[in-house]
Amino acid sequence: MDLAARPLAAVLVSLLAATLLPLAGRRPALREAITFAAAGLKLALVASMLPAVLDGQAIESARLPLAAGLTLGFRADALGLLFALTASSLWLLTSLYSVGYLRAAAVPRQTAYYVSFAVCLSATVGIAFAANLLTFFVCYEVLTLATYPLVVHAQTAEARSAGRRYLVYTLGAGQVLLVAIVWTESVAPGADFTPGGFLAGRAEAGVLAAAFALFIVGCGVKAAIMPLHGWLPAAMVAPTPVSALLHAVAVVKAGAFGVVRIVGYVFGVDVLRATGADTVLIVAAAATILIASMRALGEDHLKRLLAYSTIGQLSYIVLGAALGSVAALTGAMFHIAGHGFMKITMFFCAGALHTQAHRDGVHGFDGLGRQMPVTMTAFAVGACGLAGVPLLAGFIAKWNLGVGALTAGDEIIVGVLVVSGLLNAAYFFPIIYDAFFKAPTTETADAREAPWPMALPLGVTAAVALVLGVAPSVGFRFFALARLAAESVVAGSGGLP
Amino acid sequence: MIDSLDASTVQYLQAAALLLVGLYGIIARSHLLRKLMAMNILQVAVIVFFIALSTKFGATVPVVPAAATAGPIDPAAYVNPLPHALMLTAIVVSVSTTGVALALLIRIRRRFGTLNEPALLDRLRE
Amino acid sequence: MSEHLPILIVVVPLSAALVVPLLGRRSSTAAHAVTLATLAATLVAASVALTRVLRTADGVWQYELGGWAPPWGIEYVLDPLSGGMSVLVASLALAAAIYAGPYLRTSGPDRIGLFDSLYLLLVAGLLGIVATGDLFNLYVFLEISSIAAYALLATGGDRAAVATFRYLLVGTVAASCYLLGIGYLYALTGTLNMTDLSARLAAADQPTATAVGVGLIVIGLAIKAAVFPFHGWLPDAYTYAPPPVTGFVAAVMTKVSAYALYRVLYFVLGAEPAAASALVFLGWAGVAAIVAGSWLALAQSDVRRMLAYSSVGQMGYIIFGFSLGSPIAIVGALFHVLNHALMKGCLFLVTGGIRWRTGLSSVAGFAGVGRRLPLSATAFAVAAVSMVGLPPTAGFFSKWYLLLGAFEAEAWLGVAALVGSSWLSAIYFFRVLERLFLGADESRPAPERRDLPFGMLAPALVLALVVLLLGLFHQPVVTHLLERALPPTVS
Repeated sequence: MDLAARPLAAVLVSLLAATLLPLAGRRPALREAITFAAAGLKLALVASMLPAVLDGQAIESARLPLAAGLTLGFRADALGLLFALTASSLWLLTSLYSVGYLRAAAVPRQTAYYVSFAVCLSATVGIAFAANLLTFFVCYEVLTLATYPLVVHAQTAEARSAGRRYLVYTLGAGQVLLVAIVWTESVAPGADFTPGGFLAGRAEAGVLAAAFALFIVGCGVKAAIMPLHGWLPAAMVAPTPVSALLHAVAVVKAGAFGVVRIVGYVFGVDVLRATGADTVLIVAAAATILIASMRALGEDHLKRLLAYSTIGQLSYIVLGAALGSVAALTGAMFHIAGHGFMKITMFFCAGALHTQAHRDGVHGFDGLGRQMPVTMTAFAVGACGLAGVPLLAGFIAKWNLGVGALTAGDEIIVGVLVVSGLLNAAYFFPIIYDAFFKAPTTETADAREAPWPMALPLGVTAAVALVLGVAPSVGFRFFALARLAAESVVAGSGGLP
Repeated sequence: MIDSLDASTVQYLQAAALLLVGLYGIIARSHLLRKLMAMNILQVAVIVFFIALSTKFGATVPVVPAAATAGPIDPAAYVNPLPHALMLTAIVVSVSTTGVALALLIRIRRRFGTLNEPALLDRLRE
Repeated sequence: MSEHLPILIVVVPLSAALVVPLLGRRSSTAAHAVTLATLAATLVAASVALTRVLRTADGVWQYELGGWAPPWGIEYVLDPLSGGMSVLVASLALAAAIYAGPYLRTSGPDRIGLFDSLYLLLVAGLLGIVATGDLFNLYVFLEISSIAAYALLATGGDRAAVATFRYLLVGTVAASCYLLGIGYLYALTGTLNMTDLSARLAAADQPTATAVGVGLIVIGLAIKAAVFPFHGWLPDAYTYAPPPVTGFVAAVMTKVSAYALYRVLYFVLGAEPAAASALVFLGWAGVAAIVAGSWLALAQSDVRRMLAYSSVGQMGYIIFGFSLGSPIAIVGALFHVLNHALMKGCLFLVTGGIRWRTGLSSVAGFAGVGRRLPLSATAFAVAAVSMVGLPPTAGFFSKWYLLLGAFEAEAWLGVAALVGSSWLSAIYFFRVLERLFLGADESRPAPERRDLPFGMLAPALVLALVVLLLGLFHQPVVTHLLERALPPTVS
C-alpha cells in the first residue's frame, strides 16, 4: 500500500471491522476472527510507518476538505506514531485477553462490546494521527461516545450512574475544548499541528493564557488532572478489558496526549513560559501526583486503586509537557508507551484475579503467587515498574523527567517524583508480599492460573515493560520516537536544549 | 385640524382603531368565539388599510372606456385597482381561516362542553 | 415543459390536492399512491430545477407567471437559496408521506384521501413561499400552508384541536402583521416584486415608514418561525399532532418562515438601516431562544414536548447565525436549517412511531423501548447526537460554523449560549437515550422485539444516515449551494 495512505487506512481498518461485526451476529468465532484480523492489520499498518517516521518524515494522507478552508486529515509524525503503536499493539493483546475474559466471566451482549471497542480504537488512532485541532476534536468526541456503551455495559444501576458521571465530565469538557479550538481557528485559520507551536505572536499573553486554560480543562478531564478526575474511579464498573485498554491506555492517554500536543504543537514551550501558564500546570500536575498516590493508599478495591494510580501516572506526562525541556518531554512521551504497557499488565492481572480467584479487593491474596504464578509475577513486574524501580519502563520516564526538572531548576519536582515512587511501593507491595510470602488460605487454595488467552497477554505486556526498561529503543523504538518528537518540539519553539 | 382630515386619513384612523380593537379582543376575551370574532376584526383592519391606500380624490373606477384609450391615460383619474384585487384574495384567506377555526370550535365544544377558556383549561387539566 | 419547472413544483402538488380526495372515495390505497407519486415528481422537478440553476453562471432563474413581465406580473425566482430550500421541503415531504402510509391505514383509512389532500396543500404552500419573488404572493402561500397545517395538526385529537385553535389565532395575527407591513412598503414604492421593491425603496427615502413596515413584517414572520419570545404556540401544537404531520411540520415549516425572514431582510431590504436594526433585535432574540428553549426542554417529561422546546432553541441557532451577518455565520445558519430539518424530522418520526407502537411518549415510558424497536432507537440516537452537536454528525459542523462566526463577531454572549445549550441538550437527550437503551427492567421477561413497519422505519433511517454522512461530507453542499446562497451585500 502507498505510504501516504497508511495513516488513514490505520484509522479506518477498525471502523470497517465495526461495521462487519454486527453481520457476524451470534457466531463468536467469526466475531473474534474479524477483531483479530482488524487488530493485526492495524498494528501492521502502524508499524510499517516506523522506518520513514524515524527518518524524520511525517506521513500525510489525503485530506477531506470542508468549507471555509478547513480540512480533516491524518498525518503520522513521531509523537502520533508513538501513541498509535502503543494503542494498536495493546488492542491486539487486549482482544486476545477479552476472548478469555468475556467467556470466563460470561459477559452478555458481546457483539455490541466488540463493535464499541473497534470504534474506540479507530478514534484513538485518529487522535494520534490527527493533523489539526478539528480532526483531533472529532476523534476525541467519537472516543467519548464510543466508550459510553462500554462503561454502562453491565446495565446495572451502578453502571448507569457511572455512565452518567462519565458523560457529564467528558462531554462538558468537550464543549470547553471546542470553544478553545474555535478560538484557535479564528486567530490562526487552517493551522496544522506544528512542532514548536503556531500561536506565538498571534494574541496577547493574557488571551493566550486564557485559551490555554480552556485547552487544559478540555483535555484535563480525560487526562484526569485533579480536580477533574472524578469520572475515572467511577468508570471502573466497566468490564476489566475495557478498564484495561480504555481507562489505562486509550481514553486517559488521549487526554494526556492532547496536553502534549497542545503544549508542544499548538502553543510552543516558549509561549507558555512567557505567559506563566507552565508554572500553573506544573503545580497542578505535581499536586495530582501526590494526592492521587495518597488516595490510592486508602483504596481497598483493586480496580479503583489502579484508577488512582493511573491518575497519578498521567500527571507525569502532563508534568513533562509543562517542564518543556528535551529530557522532560522525552520522558513524558515515553511514559505514554511505558505506562500503557505497565498499567495494562496490572489491569489484566486484576481481571484474572476477578475471574479465577474472585478477588476484587486488595486483601486476601495470601499464597496466590504459588497458585497463579504467571499472573502474580506479571503483577509484581508491573507494580515495580509503576513505582519506578530501575530496569523497568517506569524508571526511564522518571529519570528523564528528573533530569528535565533539574535543568529547569525545579529541584522540588525531583522530590515529588521520589515521594510518589515510595507511595506507589507502599500501596502495591503489601499485595505482592501477601501473594508470595504467605501460605494459601482456604479461600485462595482452589484458585487456578488464568486460561492461556488471559495469561499470555499479561505475560507479554509484563515482558515488554521489562524490555522497555532495559533497552527502551529496541523493537518499536518508543524511546527513539519520543526523543525525535521532543527534539522537534524544542527546536521548533527555540527553547531550552 | 378638521380641515386637514381628508377621506383617506379617516380610513387610516379607522384601520388603526379596528386593529387595536381586534388585538384587544384576541388577548382579553375569554370566550373562544369572541376571540375568533376579534381576529376577524383584525383582518378587516388590514383590508381597510389597503383600501385606504388606493383612495384618490376625484378619481373613478379603474375601467377605461374604449373611447378614452385613443389618447394618453391620466392615472390620477382612476383609483388604483391593485390593492382591491389583493384584498379580494385576503378576504378569501380570511374566510377560509374562519371556516377552519369554526370547525375547530365545534369540535372543542362537543368534546369539552364549553368554549370559555378558563373552564376549558380546567377540563384539559383533568 | 422543463422551462416551466419553477411553477410546476408548486402547481403539481396543488392540482393533485384537488384530485386526491375524489380518488380517496373509491380507493384510499390509490389516493395515497397518487400522493406519493406526486411528491416524488415534485422532488424530481425541484432537483432538476436546482441543478439547472447551479449550472448557470449567475445562478438565478426568473420565471414570469402567465407571461406577464415583472413588476406587473408575478415572478417566481429560483436561485441556489430557494432552489435548495425547495429540494429540502420536497424531500422531507416525501419522507413523511411514506411514513404516513402505514400510520394512516391503522388509524382511519376512510380519511386518507382528505388527509393527503391537506398534506399536498401544505407542501404546495411551503414550496410557493420558497419559489415566489413577490411579497403578496408570499402572503397567500403563507396562509395556504398555515390553513392546511391547522387542519392537519387538529387531526391529532381533542387536545390538538385546542392547541391548534390557539396556533390559528396567533398565526393569523402574524399573517396580518406581515400583510400590514407589506402595505407600508407598497405605499412607499408602488410595487410588490421583491427585486423591484428593493431598488425603489432606497429612492423613496422614508425611513420612519420603512421602519414600521419592516418591523411589522419581521414580527409577523418571527411569530411564524417561532422565534423566542413568539414561540408560545409551538409546544402544544407539535405535541398533540399526529406523528407524520409533526414530523414534517416541525422539520420544515418554521424553517420556511425563517427562510422568508432571511430572504426579506437580506435580499429585499439588504440596504435598509431598518433591516439592520431588525437583525440586531433578532440576534438578541436568538440568543434568548437558545438559552430558554434548551432550559425549558430540560424541564419536560414528555419526549414530544421536549423535542418541541428543543426546536425553539434550535430556531435560536438559526436566527442568531443570520443576525451575525458574516459569510461564515450565515453559512452556518443555512447549514443548520438543513441539518435541523433532517434531524428533527427523524426524531419526531421515531418518537411518533414509538408512541404508535407502544402508546408511550413520556421520558420514563421510553425505558427499555430500545430493545423492542432497536433500529428506530438507533435512528433516534444518531439524530439526538447530532442535535447535541457532537462530531462526526452534521449538527456538529453547523454549530462549528456558527461558533466560528460568533468568535469573528466577538459575540461572547452568543458563544456562551451555544456552549450552554450544548450542555443542556446533552443532558436532556442522553437522559432519553439512557432510558431507551438501558432502562429495561431485567427482572421482567423481555418484551417481544418488533420494530416499526418498513414504511415507517425507512424514512427515519434514511434521515439518520444522511445526518451521519452529511457531517463528514458536507463540503460540496456548502461550496456549491450554501455559499452561493449568500446575499449580494455579504458575499
